Amino acid sequence: MHETMVAESLLKTISAESTKQNAKPTSAKISCGMLNAINDEILCFAFEAIAKGTPCEGMRLEIEHKPFQGKCINCGETFEFELCRPRCSNCESEQFDLLPDAPLILEEIEFETE
Amino acid sequence: MKKIVDIGKKILIANEEYALKNRQFLAKQKKLCLNMISSPGSGKTTILVRTINDLKDKIKIGVIEGDIQTDLDAKRIKATKAPAIQIETGGSCHLSAAQVSDALENLPISTLDLIFIENVGNLVCPSAFELGEWGKIAVLSVAEGDDKPAKYPAIFAKSKALLINKIDLLDAGALVDFDIERAKADAGKLNKNIKIFPVSARTGQGMAEWYNWLEDSVKNIRG
Repeated sequence: MHETMVAESLLKTISAESTKQNAKPTSAKISCGMLNAINDEILCFAFEAIAKGTPCEGMRLEIEHKPFQGKCINCGETFEFELCRPRCSNCESEQFDLLPDAPLILEEIEFETE
Repeated sequence: MKKIVDIGKKILIANEEYALKNRQFLAKQKKLCLNMISSPGSGKTTILVRTINDLKDKIKIGVIEGDIQTDLDAKRIKATKAPAIQIETGGSCHLSAAQVSDALENLPISTLDLIFIENVGNLVCPSAFELGEWGKIAVLSVAEGDDKPAKYPAIFAKSKALLINKIDLLDAGALVDFDIERAKADAGKLNKNIKIFPVSARTGQGMAEWYNWLEDSVKNIRG
């Protein structure tokens, strides 16, 4: 449900950039970590709903989910993992520190220009 | 023609700026601030009421209460004589750092050692919004099931401590199937440092260890 707040914040930033570029935005790339609890469908639905009647209407959002990263306590390896298999990719140890989750970022906006 | 513009900007930057302001304010005042997150009905308010009463001679506690509607929880806190500010979010599923910033201005901070933020009952959304707290506290009651740390990993990965509440239900007989060891193992998978306290806020069982941890944390912040 907090996707609505994320959508509002996105709309504000993209609208401001659209005015600056004097162009219509067609799509935007977003990235986030696994702990941001962003549901793609809900975010896209919320964005579509609030973008109606603005220059952002009809925009496509691409959302990249960056995987969990751990640092192995046993061998020191930094590795990516999935929740169903939380262990070091190098030595299989389950003793690791979870590295900070990737933040929720608006990476780029694509505009249609004349 | 297409044109791509790099932005590279945090989407929730407005919230993070307020969170930073709150964190700096609390650090300067040397006050411990804990953000409590759980599903509705896990017993957050009952834990707070018991903690405030049992520690009243040792730690002065103030509370910021977040709920979608009503000031019922703030009234329960105020009955202990501890100061409490109610935030009614009016539908929003989490507290924002701006709301906490306003509430901090209305608490008698200089008279307090510890500020608890009781977030809106929700195991998902509040974990995505930093409020400027020193640490998050997750609460899980045994009636919710021992699979919750595996199914909702974010809050358990980000918390400094986990209270497993209502353990008196386990002692009462086989009314609730809850494997404490499974919940502990799953919560610890993504968070090696999480402190886990099995408690009953109703009977007081296990609360002494939680109180010791709170006292140590208050001392560390005071320096």
